Amino acid sequence: MNQFLRGLSSTQQVGALFVIVFGILVVVSVTAFLFTFREQAGGHDEAWHAELKNFRKLLRTSWFMVVVFWMAWAAGDTAATVLFAVMAFFALREFITLSPTRRGDHRSLVLAFFVVLPIQFWLAATEHFDLFTVFIPVYVFLAIPVVSALAGDTQRFLERNAKLQWGIVVCIYGMSHVPALLLLDFRSYQGKGAFLVFFLVFVVQTCMLVQHIATRRLKRPPSAPQVSKSFNWSSWMLGMGAGSLAGGVLSFIPPFKPGQALAMAFVACAAGSMGHLVMKALKRDRGVTAWGQRGISVTGANGLLDRVDALCFAAPIFFHSARWYFGA
Amino acid sequence: MLAKLMSLFLLALVRVLTGAQARWYGCPPKAEQRIYFANHQSHADLVMIWAALPEELRSITRPIAAKDYWTKSAFKQWITTAVFNAIYVDRGKNWGQTPISQGTDVPLEAPDDGQANLESDPDFSDPLQPLIDALEHGDSLIIFPEGTRGNAEEPQPFKAGLYNLAQKFPQAVLVPAWIDNIQRVMPKGEVVPVPILCSVTFGAPIRLEAGEERRAFLDRARQAVIALREV
Repeated sequence: MNQFLRGLSSTQQVGALFVIVFGILVVVSVTAFLFTFREQAGGHDEAWHAELKNFRKLLRTSWFMVVVFWMAWAAGDTAATVLFAVMAFFALREFITLSPTRRGDHRSLVLAFFVVLPIQFWLAATEHFDLFTVFIPVYVFLAIPVVSALAGDTQRFLERNAKLQWGIVVCIYGMSHVPALLLLDFRSYQGKGAFLVFFLVFVVQTCMLVQHIATRRLKRPPSAPQVSKSFNWSSWMLGMGAGSLAGGVLSFIPPFKPGQALAMAFVACAAGSMGHLVMKALKRDRGVTAWGQRGISVTGANGLLDRVDALCFAAPIFFHSARWYFGA
Repeated sequence: MLAKLMSLFLLALVRVLTGAQARWYGCPPKAEQRIYFANHQSHADLVMIWAALPEELRSITRPIAAKDYWTKSAFKQWITTAVFNAIYVDRGKNWGQTPISQGTDVPLEAPDDGQANLESDPDFSDPLQPLIDALEHGDSLIIFPEGTRGNAEEPQPFKAGLYNLAQKFPQAVLVPAWIDNIQRVMPKGEVVPVPILCSVTFGAPIRLEAGEERRAFLDRARQAVIALREV
């Protein structure tokens, strides 16, 4: 099996991976769907009911992510970059909606949405990775407060700017590393970008899913109850273990060797799950439980940030550690 | 043809920038004769509520546009007439009545007196007349009873136009609406809009009760709009 997979071309390998993942999703979804019949006939209690519903919600997120990445992979590099740029746009829109901005921030917001976002994704698409890495942390970091200061509104200046900077880093900078991974060329393995993106999403999503299930099963007291009612260290460790193992299993495709794949998966899972926790704290600060507008999903774009936040944190860290370690 | 393309373009633009989410809380979207009345914070309110209505209602619902602003350039005029099918209202005419101020007990002029005074003016035309024509024609209306755009958190006191219309057309259903966030998309004096999610919340219809006074009705209507902010 291993030899056979290694013998395939990289396109075939990634294609095979998508077939496997879609297969797993179909099996799990059908099973979960069949369970919904059973709960009505049997004497299952309310908690079981709610748990299944929650799990199916998570499953829908997984479907959404996998379909998006499949589309990105199938449509080619340029289309993928545009797709992620659009996702960053909608994610930032959600972020800004819930951050109180003042009239003086208008020009900074225009800058963020219509200048910074296109430039960052253009840098990714054209593989200017050196500028791509420093553009937001160095240049934009300075440019945004300058524009705000010129607007002349000093009320809560630091707070407003910090929020805007945060939105830009998470939604634009974080998200732009996903198409950047697609284009990252390792010295000896051309066209492995799609596999890296797949690897990243697969391990992070596995980690989140296992962590979620473990939380439901173990019923441990939350470790940071102010931030999240569900987060606790034991289920986090289970999730990390599962995510890292999933990474190790995927090591049949180069560039990773099993040990390296395990380590990279560990890094990605840690960044993703911790990023998710940070975003939860942010949501609590704003007094909401989800980024979707007041929990009502009609426009389709609502709650996008809830789905991609772990990825936004994991992607830059994964990208830079891969680049640093493998010298790509 | 051009107007159709423009309306499609505007709809796409508004959806990308704001989501243009319509939340029907007190009543379903229904093709009956209605007067939607909403808070007014930006010139984009008009576009927002137009985009939030479903396609079928958009064609029979006519928004009110401030004449001085929306006829300033040929393009603005074209867009309000051809795309939004708007009705121009002359804000300078003060809607025929003095605004109803809250909290003060200054005796209010009876509407008839106000009309009589103005009618002696040779240039007089009732500013509500285009609205009355449209309602007689069977169209629904979108009006902003504050008259001007407010900057404060709370909407300004409502002007009497809504009361007069409700009196003349008791069969028209009065639907309150709250437009949320739109002033952040394009504050006064800015040219480029920024993407921020907005919503329009439609509430339960109110009625003009028999014998209800003008001021009491207008305050109640204003409260109905404000109440939707927290829904």
